[in-house]
Amino acid sequence: MRCDFADSLLQGYFDRELSTASAAEFERHLQHCVHCSVELVDMDLLSERLQLARLYEAAPASLRKKIYADLRPVAPATAMSRPLLWHWLAAAAALLLLAIAGWKMNSVPRTDDYQVELAEEIVDAHVHSLQPGHLTSISSNDEQAVKGWFKGRLAFTLPARDFANDGFALQGARLDVVEDRSFAVLVYARAGHLFNVFIWPTRERDTSPRLGSRQGYQWVDWRKGRIEFCAVSDAPTSDLQQLQRLFTN
Amino acid sequence: MDDLDAEDRLRFEQLVLPHVDAAFNLARWLLRRREDAEEVAQEALLRACRFFRGFHGGDARAWLLQIVRNTCYSWLEKNRPRELMVEFDEELHPRPVATPESIAMADEDRERLTRALESLPPRFREVLVLREFEGCSYKEIAAITLMPIGTVMSSLSRARRQLYSVLTNSNHKEAAREV
Repeated sequence: MRCDFADSLLQGYFDRELSTASAAEFERHLQHCVHCSVELVDMDLLSERLQLARLYEAAPASLRKKIYADLRPVAPATAMSRPLLWHWLAAAAALLLLAIAGWKMNSVPRTDDYQVELAEEIVDAHVHSLQPGHLTSISSNDEQAVKGWFKGRLAFTLPARDFANDGFALQGARLDVVEDRSFAVLVYARAGHLFNVFIWPTRERDTSPRLGSRQGYQWVDWRKGRIEFCAVSDAPTSDLQQLQRLFTN
Repeated sequence: MDDLDAEDRLRFEQLVLPHVDAAFNLARWLLRRREDAEEVAQEALLRACRFFRGFHGGDARAWLLQIVRNTCYSWLEKNRPRELMVEFDEELHPRPVATPESIAMADEDRERLTRALESLPPRFREVLVLREFEGCSYKEIAAITLMPIGTVMSSLSRARRQLYSVLTNSNHKEAAREV
């Protein structure tokens, strides 16, 4: 036997899709309807069972490879052709080496190509950090606690801020090493996506945000007040831009 | 994919490619076979790329999943039309299989759940996958499947009930067999 209410409101109530008024109405009904109560529990058990069984199947690497292969060839004259792009990359890599050497001697200003290259290394570091136990060395949403943890570890003042009110909840922080250099990293979460914000001192002038992507991850890099930031996530670019604005404001 | 210029391509990589997992997962559950899912998901991505110029902001995941879903259904129509007609596939109805005791309980349940899900009609499987695995809201499911929200709700209701009954049914059978 099934209750008339079941089909109209039960699902919506279970999935938290009812308005407050409808939910209240349904809860009054629940108080004296055994069928609906039992069905709710059954649905919950079933849902939990589905989650526990981990049936979600992520795309296999072979599919990603094929999709990227499909994306590669660029025909129109407006875009850079592939061989040209490789030449450009080779040139960028050469410049990069110079730039690194220069930067290490603190004499030659870095080029923007270096910014891209470093951002891609940072994306790799982001991916690495997603492995269990690598994300944070201190897990806390307390700005002072996070700042305190970095005390003595950094030669600059870290803008550790929690943006939970704007949807980006501070998860914690760690030190990370990319290209033999240390970076302060703040970790944020929003709607199931993790954001790593790499932060380090720079001698360069402020720049407006620069965007890029690598292997399905997005990054945005900007400089402000002699500090450079690079935020990475698998979330849409608009989320990263919002996070960037929160830091700059 | 030679229709996109460099700027559109970057936008495509940023907006659409983060949802490749969702695309594959939906195709896998609609088509039931991973090889087919891989082929169809790739085709859907190509299609998405071709029509990307027509996408003006909005929810990229819902947009992509809509394309994946339509590609899956047209593939089913071409290759396994029978599946779209049956309300409930008796042949696919899960039969309890003897599982080696070495396999953990969790694996066994995973197996049983997989077969139970696969026995549901594609339209039911689809709403369950979008809701339970992809965490879509009713509004998002409605946008992806082009169903009214009321239909989303009643499909979910029927899908859950059917899944539940398939599972309890197979449990009973298994219990009976053990006796």
